Amino acid sequence: MSDTHLSEPLLQVKNVKQHFPVTAGLLRRQVGMVKAVDGVDFDLFPRENLGLVGESGCGKTTLGRTILHLYRPTEGQILFKNADLTLLKPSALRALRPKMQMIFQDPQDSLNPRMTVGSIIAEPLDEHSIIKDKERSNRIEELLDAVGLNPRYTNRYPHEFSGGQRQRIGIARALGLNPEFIICDEPIAALDVSIQAQVVNLLEDLQEKLGLTYLFISHDLGMIRHISKRVAVMYLGKIVELGPAHELYSRSQHPYTKALLSAVPLHDPGREAKRERIILSGDVPSPANPPTGCPFRTRCPVAETRCATSMPEPKNLGLGHWVACHLME
Amino acid sequence: MLSNPDSDVVLSVTDVVTQFDTADGRVHAVNGVSFDVREGELLGVVGESGCGKTVTMMSLVKLLPMPPGEIVGGSALFEGQDLIQTDIDALQKIRGGRIGFIFQDPMTSLNPVLTVGYQLTEALRLHKNSSKSAARQRAVELLELVGIPMAKDRLDDYPHQFSGGMRQRVMIAIALSCDPKLLIADEPTTALDVTIQAQILDLVKTLRQELGMAIIWVTHDLGVVANLADRVMVMYSGFVVERADVEKLYRTPKHPYTYALLRTLPEMEGERAQRLESIEGQPPDQLQRPDSCPFAPRCAYAFERCTQENPLLEFVSEGHEVACWWNMEKNAPREAS
Ligand SMILES: Nc1ncnc2c1ncn2[C@@H]1O[C@H](COP(=O)(O)OP(=O)(O)OP(=O)(O)O)[C@@H](O)[C@H]1O
Ligand SMILES: Nc1ncnc2c1ncn2[C@@H]1O[C@H](COP(=O)(O)OP(=O)(O)OP(=O)(O)O)[C@@H](O)[C@H]1O
Ligand SMILES: [Mg+2]
Ligand SMILES: [Mg+2]
Repeated sequence: MSDTHLSEPLLQVKNVKQHFPVTAGLLRRQVGMVKAVDGVDFDLFPRENLGLVGESGCGKTTLGRTILHLYRPTEGQILFKNADLTLLKPSALRALRPKMQMIFQDPQDSLNPRMTVGSIIAEPLDEHSIIKDKERSNRIEELLDAVGLNPRYTNRYPHEFSGGQRQRIGIARALGLNPEFIICDEPIAALDVSIQAQVVNLLEDLQEKLGLTYLFISHDLGMIRHISKRVAVMYLGKIVELGPAHELYSRSQHPYTKALLSAVPLHDPGREAKRERIILSGDVPSPANPPTGCPFRTRCPVAETRCATSMPEPKNLGLGHWVACHLME
Repeated sequence: MLSNPDSDVVLSVTDVVTQFDTADGRVHAVNGVSFDVREGELLGVVGESGCGKTVTMMSLVKLLPMPPGEIVGGSALFEGQDLIQTDIDALQKIRGGRIGFIFQDPMTSLNPVLTVGYQLTEALRLHKNSSKSAARQRAVELLELVGIPMAKDRLDDYPHQFSGGMRQRVMIAIALSCDPKLLIADEPTTALDVTIQAQILDLVKTLRQELGMAIIWVTHDLGVVANLADRVMVMYSGFVVERADVEKLYRTPKHPYTYALLRTLPEMEGERAQRLESIEGQPPDQLQRPDSCPFAPRCAYAFERCTQENPLLEFVSEGHEVACWWNMEKNAPREAS
């Protein structure tokens, strides 16, 4: 699913799959496969901000980690500046690492509790660059300041910060090596709204100033509408709809996207009480045992018999709006 | 309306003060917080990161590291018992039983080396004396209740095999396992996508109606609060700065901080804002207990008095309390009461 852009894509994701083996028993024999990411295609252009939304467990984080090669893909290609990451030697991949960063969903996973905030932020700097002493400590203070933390906090430990403050430490660390491409995995989910706005404005300023490209994973559809010009909707390992944000929010075509948009809580108790919701019935299927045909058909309010037999191909509706649904034909 | 003002108060918190010793000095995290929660009521707690929401809740059940943390004062009456004066052993019987807890950080509160099924059945066996098979049966029901597919097959999985949102749902299932009288939920739906969140919110509404469960819901999602809460309490820098019925708070916020908070939200409809409104500046460092309004340095309405005296939470109209020297409606200083 590509778009009509003049520039070359910074990132090309081609039929990427990430299947985890499921093991059982004492001998941990493989009994199945979790198809966490199951054939994802998209291009990302320089200075773009692509939003990625979708239900919990649909494979967003796994896709992000696979793109950065924190996991090897089971299948498919990932091209970053035309270099196929799947073919690179470890040393060449390492040299590219500073250019691609990730801000993690769970700050607890990525912050070592035994390191001070200063050393956490300095870690990638020390690994990939050569700045020292005064310059190094200036850089740390600059980064703390950039994310709205008091530079005096460099010698504190992660547990001395609140959840939201810890998330900002992760952002400061990701910014340290002047990356070109950042995967933001729910970067603001742990932040309260006033700081969400600060951080989103900050991420937008940094994008402007440094020419950054973002893949922005979030379940906050209001925020995605604000920050992303294009949005991809993922369901059970696959992208089911992708298009310009204004198109998607005003004329969504996939029944899943429609349900998703109708479930966003409005911050107005009056309007909230009156609105109509599309409540999805049925459970989210397990990626270890996905339904035949269209992955969404088991919960889809408009599914037909043909939806069970084949996976719908993505269809181009024009203006870069793609949708994978049989009912579009 | 789900709550009834005359119904029983389940938890009554008075003047809780909690501080931490750090290398830089004493951090005044919670500076005298008081509130009540009634049966079947949902109290939303909102406020900036670091304002003391988690520490307040943790103080009630003493889940703080002590030291460096210290509960300096206050009381928390639950079923005729002051939790603050209760020793840890006795509290352990209440936590996870009569009081259910959902923590902000699902990865730290789930034990990575124990299966999800074990962690779910543990509480049931401890608090309800359930048999092993009954507990497993109940565990499957609970996982289904929070929308985990193929729940039965996932009981023997470890937390790392679950996605972020699924872990959070496991936490919710654990908290609900013993039918608590009071549920304290700290950012329980931050990692959930909206469709599952809608499902969980529906579940919560049912639990309140059917079981009369009292719920404290800590969140920064003002959309969720609008959807769910009866009353809302806004915290800033360890103080409660505003408290009101949900409609009143959204219609007529009386504290400049609440007002600003409501304006930072991106819209789902209409023109997309060029830039989000944000509250510039940072919350004060909490090394000293402030003797002036802690929001004054960032406040668009601050005047002389705000830098001299810290306003207390004051009753200003039916169902509405605010701690501010400025009257936003009259656009004039608040009259002395
Ligand atoms: N290391 C792993 N081994 C086995 N299964 C895994 C592993 N990591 C993820 N999964 C499974 O892959 C699926 C996708 O998980 P992922 O974390 O990518 O979801 P997500 O879209 O980021 O969800 P959330 O919004 O909850 O963070 C889930 O079913 C999860 O259980
Ligand atoms: N163990 C600790 N040692 C020192 N300071 C602490 C500790 N735990 C919390 N604090 C401080 O107490 C204050 C309140 O933190 P708390 O975690 O309650 O914030 P919060 O309102 O829950 O924020 P968030 O929305 O980010 O979760 C913060 O300034 C924090 O830095
Ligand atoms: Mg994730
Ligand atoms: Mg907190």
